[in-house]
Amino acid sequence: MGLLEKHGVIERNATLLLTLSLVVVCIGGIVEIAPLFYFQNTIEKVAGIRPYTPLELAGRNIYVREGCYVCHSQMVRPFRDETERYGHYSLAAESMYDHPFQWGSKRTGPDLARVGGRYSDVWHVEHLRHPQALVPESIMPRYGFLADTELDSSAIVGDLKANAIVGVPYTEDAIKNAQADLLAQATLDGDSTGLKERYVNARVADYDGNPAKVTEMDALVAYLQMLGTLVDFTTYDAKANYR
Amino acid sequence: MRNVGWIIGLAAGAFVALLLSAFGQDSLFRIHMGLVTAVLALGAVILMRLPQVARVPAGVIESNKQGYFDDPIRIGSVLIVFWGAVGMLVGVIIALQLAFPDLNFGPWLNFGRLRPLHTSGVIFAFGGTALITTSFYVVQRTSRARLLSDGLAWFVFWGYQLSLFMAASGYLLGITQGKEYAEPEWYTDLWLTIVWVAYLILFLGTIIKRKEPHIYVANWFYLAMIVTVALLHVVNNISMPVSFLGSKSYSLFSGVQDALTQWWYGHNAVGFFLTAGFLGMMYYFMPKQAERPVYSYRLSIIHFWALIFLYIWAGPHHLHYTALPDWAQTLGMVFSIMLWMPSWGGMINGLMTLRGAWDKMRTDPIIRMMVIAVAFYGMSTFEGPVMSIKSVNGLSHYTDWTIGHVHSGALGWVGMISFAAVYFMVPRLWGRRQLYSLRMVNWHFWLATIGIVIYAAVMWVSGITQGLMWREYDSQGFLVYSFAESVAALHPYYVARALGGALYLSGVIVMAVNIWLTIAGKVRSERPLVAPATVQPAE
Repeated sequence: MGLLEKHGVIERNATLLLTLSLVVVCIGGIVEIAPLFYFQNTIEKVAGIRPYTPLELAGRNIYVREGCYVCHSQMVRPFRDETERYGHYSLAAESMYDHPFQWGSKRTGPDLARVGGRYSDVWHVEHLRHPQALVPESIMPRYGFLADTELDSSAIVGDLKANAIVGVPYTEDAIKNAQADLLAQATLDGDSTGLKERYVNARVADYDGNPAKVTEMDALVAYLQMLGTLVDFTTYDAKANYR
Repeated sequence: MRNVGWIIGLAAGAFVALLLSAFGQDSLFRIHMGLVTAVLALGAVILMRLPQVARVPAGVIESNKQGYFDDPIRIGSVLIVFWGAVGMLVGVIIALQLAFPDLNFGPWLNFGRLRPLHTSGVIFAFGGTALITTSFYVVQRTSRARLLSDGLAWFVFWGYQLSLFMAASGYLLGITQGKEYAEPEWYTDLWLTIVWVAYLILFLGTIIKRKEPHIYVANWFYLAMIVTVALLHVVNNISMPVSFLGSKSYSLFSGVQDALTQWWYGHNAVGFFLTAGFLGMMYYFMPKQAERPVYSYRLSIIHFWALIFLYIWAGPHHLHYTALPDWAQTLGMVFSIMLWMPSWGGMINGLMTLRGAWDKMRTDPIIRMMVIAVAFYGMSTFEGPVMSIKSVNGLSHYTDWTIGHVHSGALGWVGMISFAAVYFMVPRLWGRRQLYSLRMVNWHFWLATIGIVIYAAVMWVSGITQGLMWREYDSQGFLVYSFAESVAALHPYYVARALGGALYLSGVIVMAVNIWLTIAGKVRSERPLVAPATVQPAE
């Protein structure tokens, strides 16, 4: 037990104890996390993935603000029951522009990774207003207040800028037109040509059914309706991306 | 006037917060900074009105001949009970919300905002205050040295409480980063970083000026906890604020990398904040209460280094079958299983400390509380590795099983060992000969234990039911249940869970009364817990 007796040296030197502890706890993190930033195959390139439109990003921020992630996951696992219930299993690339990720850890409610396009906009608005009216078993809180809260569209420029700094490829053009793009996506009579050039397959709709103003409900439903819809799985080659 | 420096500091802080509030870029930031202004100003007013010389009971002076700095520890002991009651009350409320969704009052009191208030309330407010308070107590007594600096100790103590206030008020307002257990936004994170570095300096400095030749084992655990939490907190919270006068920021990492960084943080919040720190507590208070030395010095060396080395690898088990690369998942699983051994090393060292003193289990409810804490530690550190096995995790992940697991650790281990430490410290800190009532400690013990058992058992059943319903196929190959049907099936369990939580909370309220009357110097006239042994004639 000679080695253990030498431990007395560490026990008499606080700085040594501190330094050694720090070194010991750093090893695991470095081995596991650092390679993810360097291994090319951590995130495969997948056609169709694009940054969020300004309206979708605003909706995502509401999703985060209201803590939706504490009850809803956004990560379909490669199990038969999950792919039949929710759709194709989630790809790493599908959350590559998510700052932060919203994979979640608990399914008090169902997974939302592929909820986009599954229900109508009207269904989402009614469901968010009063979940139990549409799904009697539901235990979800009501979010009707979102429809009464006007969205501050001027603030979105700052959000795109901050995202660009942390690595989301928003162009100068996209940042400059952020507010216009946001408004164009939530109103049917606006000019959305620029929006559709910048964001492939961006969907324009009056999401909350209230043409008078752009609300937080518009933004949240726009976000929910695009979730999991970017990749076309009829042409996706899973074998080519096998890791 | 005493405290002039502090009053000026608080007033200056309030002024800065007022400016930030006035020039804030979004309404949430303005409201949040307004609240901070109010709290700092209130602090300054309270300090100004404090009596020049606080009335200190004679017993306190008596108990403090060694010159230890115990003022923040006294306040901390009361705040541990306060935060425990608050955090657990919010827990009971959100448990009821899941059973009866009409109890959601949006937007401020919806489940999505209250749940982080509950988790942070218990982990960081109750657990964190318990760690800071007990570490101040333990490091002075095991080093035979006063804390490095009284001022720094007050700064760490109240600075931490301010960060708790900022986090809690932020959650209700909707200010969150959206990363579990790391919800506070960038400016609260920055403030906590400053406080935490001050804590490291205070703790390390006190150890360095110790009069004992050796650093006691409890302090190894506290020190490893402090330095690792600093590392985890800083790395996981690196983010880009939208405005330096605004409440919103975006995490530097995204997707897969963000997920692993978050669970590297999240799992080690459990491993270091809720385990290493509380093992430090166990290593001081358990031998003291049992009046026995720690069972094995060698075991404590081995399990300390093994524990801190292995824990940090275990994070990926929160991401099994996700888009995280397989090699990282497997690595996380293997290390999680290995972690079982050092965890049980700690449990064995704690339990075996009672060798030759097992009779105290019968006579001393505080020892009983410590033993059940260590037993729950052993139970949940066995359950954890089992759940980290990928095939088990396939069933348990996303279900209530995880919630049950966390609570057997948090209520059973963290809660019970903290309560025992408070019961140990309070009479000594206020110079009382004994607690107001040992029978009430016994009541607390049983309410808490029955509460946890109900909670954990119900969550096992609920979690496994949920997992099995999701994957149930009929003979023709169709999924049997819709998601909504699985939600409906859990209703009775959610009601029972709230009952278990309410029992645990009522135990804390019994404790609050007991601690309050102990501080007031009262002693309950009650029958002793165990009748004095009488010799029975042989028949």
